[in-house]
Amino acid sequence: MLLFTLQRMLQSIAVLLAVSVAVFLAVYAVGDPVELLVNPEATQLEREAMVSRLGLDQPVWMQYFTFLSNAVQGDMGTSFVHAEPALQLILSRMPATFELVFLAMLVASIIGIPLGLYVGLKEENRIARAIMTGSIFGYSIPSFWKGMVLILFFAVWLQWLPASGRGETVSVFGIPFSFLTVDGLRHLAMPVINLAIPNIALITRLTAAGASEARMQDYVKFARAKGVREKRIVRRHILRNILIPIITVLGVEFGSLIAFSTITETVFAWPGMGKLLITSIYQLDRPVVVAYVMLVTFIFVVVNLLVDFTYALLDPRVSLSERMS
Amino acid sequence: MNREGELVKMKSFLFAGTAAILASATMSSQAEELKIALSSEPTAADPHYHNLSTNNAFVQHIFEALTATDANQNVGPSLAESWEGVDDNTWVFKLREGVKFSDGSDFNADDVVFTFCRVLNNENNVSGSFAPDVENFASVEVSDPYTVKITTKQVEPLLPELLSQIYILSDGILEHGDLSFDPANGCGVTGEWPSVDSFNNGSMTIGTGPFVLDDFTKGSKIKMSRNDAYWGEAPAWEKVELVPVPSAGPRLAGLLAGDYDFIESPAARDVKQLGEEFGYTAKPSSRVIFLQMDVARDDSPFIEAEGGKNPFQDERVRRAVAHAINREAIVERIMDGFAEPASQFVPSEMFGAQTDPVPLTYDPEKAKALLAEAGYPDGFKVTLSATNDRYINDSQVAQAIAQFLTRVGIETDLDAMTRSIFFSRRSKREFSFSMGGWGSTSGGAASFLRQYVTTGDKERGVGGSNYGGWSDPEFDAVILEAIETVDAGKRAEMLQQAGQMALDKLGLIPVHFESTLWAYRDGLEFDGRMDQYTMAKDIRPAK
Repeated sequence: MLLFTLQRMLQSIAVLLAVSVAVFLAVYAVGDPVELLVNPEATQLEREAMVSRLGLDQPVWMQYFTFLSNAVQGDMGTSFVHAEPALQLILSRMPATFELVFLAMLVASIIGIPLGLYVGLKEENRIARAIMTGSIFGYSIPSFWKGMVLILFFAVWLQWLPASGRGETVSVFGIPFSFLTVDGLRHLAMPVINLAIPNIALITRLTAAGASEARMQDYVKFARAKGVREKRIVRRHILRNILIPIITVLGVEFGSLIAFSTITETVFAWPGMGKLLITSIYQLDRPVVVAYVMLVTFIFVVVNLLVDFTYALLDPRVSLSERMS
Repeated sequence: MNREGELVKMKSFLFAGTAAILASATMSSQAEELKIALSSEPTAADPHYHNLSTNNAFVQHIFEALTATDANQNVGPSLAESWEGVDDNTWVFKLREGVKFSDGSDFNADDVVFTFCRVLNNENNVSGSFAPDVENFASVEVSDPYTVKITTKQVEPLLPELLSQIYILSDGILEHGDLSFDPANGCGVTGEWPSVDSFNNGSMTIGTGPFVLDDFTKGSKIKMSRNDAYWGEAPAWEKVELVPVPSAGPRLAGLLAGDYDFIESPAARDVKQLGEEFGYTAKPSSRVIFLQMDVARDDSPFIEAEGGKNPFQDERVRRAVAHAINREAIVERIMDGFAEPASQFVPSEMFGAQTDPVPLTYDPEKAKALLAEAGYPDGFKVTLSATNDRYINDSQVAQAIAQFLTRVGIETDLDAMTRSIFFSRRSKREFSFSMGGWGSTSGGAASFLRQYVTTGDKERGVGGSNYGGWSDPEFDAVILEAIETVDAGKRAEMLQQAGQMALDKLGLIPVHFESTLWAYRDGLEFDGRMDQYTMAKDIRPAK
């Protein structure tokens, strides 16, 4: 266990280092932030003052090592645009994104798993086929377009839901949350649905595939022959066995939604991390972009680790040391 | 803690939430609440933090300056009632009496001195854009609490205009002794100069403007309420909310859905389809779209011409380009009528502009003849570089220009790119031919001419955007004298002369002036502003 954790830690550090080099070079190649930050009427002298204040007159490798040595001490740089520590800026937007993604994944699992079980167990049924066809659409319709259609439908035509923004929030331990107010829930509804739809489709398909395979297995047949009730077979023998791939996908999807729910956040003007990333890229706010990518890499590494641990909990055959080898 | 305890807590949250919603519902029924969706987000509530039009428009809700510019960018009184130039370097400003800050303290000359010092003691501002104006002050003398005498080092005829952007803070936000304009010794301030955070969290956001800041949550929204002690005409709105919604589609959807009462820059084609429950305002702006050519280099990277020459160095070729473009067609077809064809670099209403410029007509035959005369009967090849996300319909406009030029024989390829790339490449002078835009904020015609047409001179701070390397010594002589001439009538005359010289040789070619658009729900009135600022006090309920 200890060895496993240690080894994973070392791997993670290597990944973070590699990513830091890649993202730093990429961001460096994109363009000159000074041209976007400075007032267009500024004189050449003002521009030069700004370049040296931001440390952009140093060679790339020098800038990278300054960044690295600061990063090791937990300082991911200061936003050019906001004059705030980049990490703090990103973290201040995190609760909004977290709330959105958590609810979306919850909705996706609550709807997707039962649908998938239904399809997997009654494959030849017409409804089952309709669900499978629908899931293809659910997965392949672009997020941006879907969001605009939702807005058009529920906000513009029916006027049931607000088109964008976060609504009223309530502070819990100083962190604002929307899901505790009615107005907040109304604002959450559409972005959550928008994020949930492809995941409902994904989970439905995964569960269906797993269930249809599992119901043919000997242990299910044996249970049925033994006279176990159908409900118990589904819950105990089928669902339990097919949960591993679902949990894996849920974990990865959770991570990637936290990192890249950019489109949904942009369409619904949801003040989360994704919107911050997009604005920062447009403004060439290098420290924020770099810190963002580093944070996302970090989250992925952690999520993957957690998924590995969850395997062990769900499947007693998997021991951590075994997975390591 | 047990489960039930948590449940009770949850319920009380829900309760509080519902109560808040009910409260806000009753408030909006009084129709004194205004929700505005902005196209870009202000980066701070600190008025000296970042000289951006988005920030300036926002802080003007809360703060005021000694002077103010009106909807057509003419400077007029604000916190200063009047001013006069004693000699070329000395100005006396008479301050308005009886003005109070939102914390109840009186406005007087101490606040002005304090503000000037803070502009110089501003650690974390983004570009220091206001500091050069104040650094030019040799002295600021206070003879009585309502009279301020400013002496400048360099002659600065635009001082009243520049001061319209230096927003006045209350000296009560910091501990200080006797205030005097003595930057070397901290001006008598003993406290620590405030950072941008103290403005963003509202603790030092104390101004004399029509609104007071209630909440500034970055990325989410800005809430303000009416300043009841405001000295000027009271705004119609009790509460104002500014919500940044950078994508145009969702912003319009929010207006249609009733989330917002008023939105910035809707797309032109959408505006025409708005129903009767909505209105819109289109105002010609001072932003000119123009073509900039590399004339400095004999061998320019994106030009292929016979004999390896740079055709843009020939005045006849530049004139051919100017006449090859059908400006009316671009305005009608691409800009949906929301633009004005440009035959000069600033709108003719502006200070120092040509009142009646010779129109740059669409005349392809003349263009071809000029090309032939210049020795390029078969034309040449060039790449036009442009942005695709900075100006209104910029990539389509550039595409149209490329086609017009190709028709007269100048085979033009278009290279449209995102603005961050475009601006950094342009400043490295990587382009041979580019399409840019410029909104003149201060100084009327001088703004464009000194920035783009004047030969670059670091020390004098002119020609900073002259990426094509245009240089005309005769023009330089006129413009450099003009920008140091205090007498307004004389300055306007000289600017007109300089403007004419620039148009005669066409070192740069104007295309059109963008119009700014605003859309709003029925029942509102808004006149629009040339500087594109959106301010709640300018929006009124329709009578």
